[in-house]
Amino acid sequence: MTRQSLHIDWTACDGRGLCTELLGPLLVRDEWGYPRAAGYGSDVPIPSSFVADARDAVALCPRLALTLQEVRAPARS
Amino acid sequence: MSTVEMTIPRAAVVPPTGVNRLFAAGAPDLASHLARFGPAPLGIAPGHLLGELEASGLDGRGGAGFATWRKLVAARTSAGPTAYSAPVVIANGAEGEPMSAKDEILLRHAPHLVLDGLLLAAAVTGAREVHLYSGPVQLASVRRAIAERTDARGVILNEAPDYFVSGEASAVVSAIETGSAIPRDRRVRLAVSGLGGRPTVVSNVETLAHVALVARFGAAWFRSVGTDDSPGTRLLTISGDGVDRKVIEATGGLPLAEALGAVGLDPSRLRAVLVGGYHGAWVPASDLWVRLSSRELEPYGARPGAGILVALGEQHCGLAASVGIARYLAGQSARQCGPCVNGLPAMAEVLARLVAGGGSARLPDEVRRLADVVTGRGACSHPDGTARFVLSTLEVFESDVRAHLAGYCEVTRS
Repeated sequence: MTRQSLHIDWTACDGRGLCTELLGPLLVRDEWGYPRAAGYGSDVPIPSSFVADARDAVALCPRLALTLQEVRAPARS
Repeated sequence: MSTVEMTIPRAAVVPPTGVNRLFAAGAPDLASHLARFGPAPLGIAPGHLLGELEASGLDGRGGAGFATWRKLVAARTSAGPTAYSAPVVIANGAEGEPMSAKDEILLRHAPHLVLDGLLLAAAVTGAREVHLYSGPVQLASVRRAIAERTDARGVILNEAPDYFVSGEASAVVSAIETGSAIPRDRRVRLAVSGLGGRPTVVSNVETLAHVALVARFGAAWFRSVGTDDSPGTRLLTISGDGVDRKVIEATGGLPLAEALGAVGLDPSRLRAVLVGGYHGAWVPASDLWVRLSSRELEPYGARPGAGILVALGEQHCGLAASVGIARYLAGQSARQCGPCVNGLPAMAEVLARLVAGGGSARLPDEVRRLADVVTGRGACSHPDGTARFVLSTLEVFESDVRAHLAGYCEVTRS
């Protein structure tokens, strides 16, 4: 089964907050309004129950800062 | 004896012995370069060179320390069949870190070794486009070197602006593509899709110079100095406590105290050493026996990186020095990513309040919380590097933190 991951382009994001409304409590706003997922940075794993909301967030982000990506096998270094 | 010597061909090249490798030619001109090293083996089989690079253990010398052969293999295997999908190789000599000078010294004194490494990396990856990116003074030296030879005329020279993040790999690609050296968002690695969507290798100029030597003399020669986990030699830039950015070539895994001693610093009169530059971490004076290797520096959150050592004299307060660095780094944000734009100044100012003395006992935790908030949340690793530096400051100068909170400074006694 492929897992989905939400990528945040910080150069585009200006903290409008739509994604945090759709994807709370997975995504919360930091003190400046930017989305934050506990324990993750620019790539946030999306549980299957959140995938539909994540698709909406990608489509509705006014800054086009979000992308939903398939995660292949866990990266090994 | 003299007859034996006469039978040795004049052109025979003896691999450099000891620690003087990168500057062994003694002068930047092509004749000196060829006399010492011989011509670059540009016809070397790619598989052979990649194998030697893997066996050599050569890591990147720009800061991240990524294995050089892996980077080249990734670009080579991502290559498509057309010129539009052929890899690009970029020699990175931007050196935006203000405490580093080794790339400038290398480009001024051994430009041909860097060009050899760049052409070898291009040959190994099948690149059809080759760039060199650095400040204007270094470019003048490279331009003179290119004019002396016929095989490097295709190298495209790009001027790097002088600010902290201008040498970050995605900023290098942006600079060449758009003229604006700011980091960009990356969903795939540059080795898969970089300049113009092509597989792109961005490699530090010192790394490439070592590639040129490994191609000639092999992995076993490379590993004949240094330690198992930090083989070969590495350029260091050492400054602080009266020394201004002295560049030395050192054996890998050299104890910090020996490196400092090599430029005349007395380790017993220091408070701490910042290893890895402003994105690095402090090593306290009590631990300067630690070797410059990833393994030994890991407990401090540091790594050999770009070989930058900044010594802090015993008469200075580490916290006060760190506030200055944290503020500088906050000012060097490319101002693109919200958590960096907002978080780094906030973190620097909370640290400043802590250092000013007499503040709330909760200030250290607030610095740690902000470091956690910014980490991993930018297009480049500027927030991560700044957070790492600030966390190291709190840890290594822990007793100073307690003293400052109580309203006095252990160092300046004020």
